[in-house]
Amino acid sequence: MATRPTGDVVTATGVRRVFGDTVVLDGIDLTIGSGEVVALLGGSGSGKTTLLRILAGLDQDATGDWQVRGNLAVVFQEHRLLPWKRVADNVALGVPGPDVQRRTAAALTEVGLAGRERAWPAELSGGQSQRVAVARALVREPDLLLLDEPFGALDALTRLRMQALFGRLRAEHGFAALLVTHDVEEALLLADRTLVLAGGRVVDDTPVPLTHPRAPDDPGFGALRRHLLDRLGVPAAA
Amino acid sequence: MTELATRPSATAQKTARPAARPNRRRWRRLTTPVVLVVLWETSSRVGVLPEEKLPPISEVVRAGWRLAEDGTLATHLLDSLARAGAGLAIGVGLALVLGSIAGLLRLGDDLVDPPVQMARMLPHLALVPLLIIWVGIGESLKVTLVALGVFYPMYFNLYAGIRDIDERLVEAARTCGLGAVARIRHVVLPGTLPALFLGLRLATGAAWLSLVVGETVATQSGIGFLMMEAREFSQTNVVLVGLFIYALLGLLSDLILRAVERRTLTWRRGLQAT
Ligand SMILES: Nc1ncnc2c1ncn2[C@@H]1O[C@H](COP(=O)(O)OP(=O)(O)OP(=O)(O)O)[C@@H](O)[C@H]1O
Ligand SMILES: [Mg+2]
Repeated sequence: MATRPTGDVVTATGVRRVFGDTVVLDGIDLTIGSGEVVALLGGSGSGKTTLLRILAGLDQDATGDWQVRGNLAVVFQEHRLLPWKRVADNVALGVPGPDVQRRTAAALTEVGLAGRERAWPAELSGGQSQRVAVARALVREPDLLLLDEPFGALDALTRLRMQALFGRLRAEHGFAALLVTHDVEEALLLADRTLVLAGGRVVDDTPVPLTHPRAPDDPGFGALRRHLLDRLGVPAAA
Repeated sequence: MTELATRPSATAQKTARPAARPNRRRWRRLTTPVVLVVLWETSSRVGVLPEEKLPPISEVVRAGWRLAEDGTLATHLLDSLARAGAGLAIGVGLALVLGSIAGLLRLGDDLVDPPVQMARMLPHLALVPLLIIWVGIGESLKVTLVALGVFYPMYFNLYAGIRDIDERLVEAARTCGLGAVARIRHVVLPGTLPALFLGLRLATGAAWLSLVVGETVATQSGIGFLMMEAREFSQTNVVLVGLFIYALLGLLSDLILRAVERRTLTWRRGLQAT
């Protein structure tokens, strides 16, 4: 494991983003510590993707101050692999250095796709493609991983596998992550802290003090789950 | 027999069909052309079709063979190919430059695309009289005509190809640390290739068409000249030879481009490619 920068990997204050007359982000303050996994929850259209794109450097029109330290990698909801490049070339895209091939193979092994280097993206299933996207992020040895509903498009079973994979990789590599998700359980399984976005602001910031590995029937899980659902405006089921 | 009883056999037939069918269909599709050729040959042999309007197909083949043997055909063919080649090179080159500028740069789009869109409304073959005034009736007329015909399909397909690139892929490449030049090389260029091939195939078709028209104007060589000269001496069979040559040129160039395309775009075929 590479040595991590001490201190925070993300510091943001007063981040604002306006589309026309609509204020989507209205002064976001956010810090993510080294190695910390933060889940970002919020209703549809609350600005989660917008915030993630700003941190990824994909939005030139946001205002405010933010800084990302160290290597950054992004996993999108869709795999976004280049269809004209074989799996290995997709993973190695833009990676400098002499041992790219070995590192690519290692990253593919870590996501359970050893030996698929020469496959075309068109030959992979949705879950496999998303694993390649994770490998493409891993090979960059990120200090911060930005994930926008990375498992949202997968079937329930594959999603569980991918969540377990994420947990393993995180324990192994110790990267920090901002995980955008709709799924409260996913947030509580994977994150050290959860944020809820509403009305353009962070309206809730709750640490998740559960030990790994976690399961939905752990003590304390249910209370946190109810708390988050409450903040998301979901009425409690009887 | 009841409805229920007939149905299963009907579906069984449907699934069994595809294996046996393509071959039979191919033969069936050949029937009409063969019948037409036989009809042509016999009716002009017995004199139903006057010889000077449509000589029998065997006469056409014989004329073609004679022209090939004494080298006339090769000379004229080479001249035609040289014109088509020069026109293609100029037209494709210009389209690649202007299409890239318009497709990749916003300023280029604003400056280059409007005049090209307007000029598209002019059928380029209708420019012949004007081109004669501008460049004369020599070689440059033919090459210019081909280049013009080639330019438009190439330009529009390249432009549309660049525009159709999935912006999300460009973003992903950016988050992978690729700069503008690397993004063009790894994302835009390969993503545009299918459209480029389509443009090239249409452009080649346009090249032959322009050549046909160009070579009917004051020419001393080329397949078009061969045909015009034969018409003056009422050698209908040689006129037909010229027509067949044009058709063959179109067919061959398309086949070659398709083969190159299949080899280049292996990633599209997924499983079959590995
Ligand atoms: N390019 C854009 N132009 C105009 N409005 C936009 C643009 N991108 C996002 N928005 C608006 O910003 C708001 C937040 O969008 P965003 O994609 O960040 O939501 P989200 O929280 O990610 O939602 P979801 O959970 O559905 O993915 C939405 O109301 C959307 O309409
Ligand atoms: Mg979103």
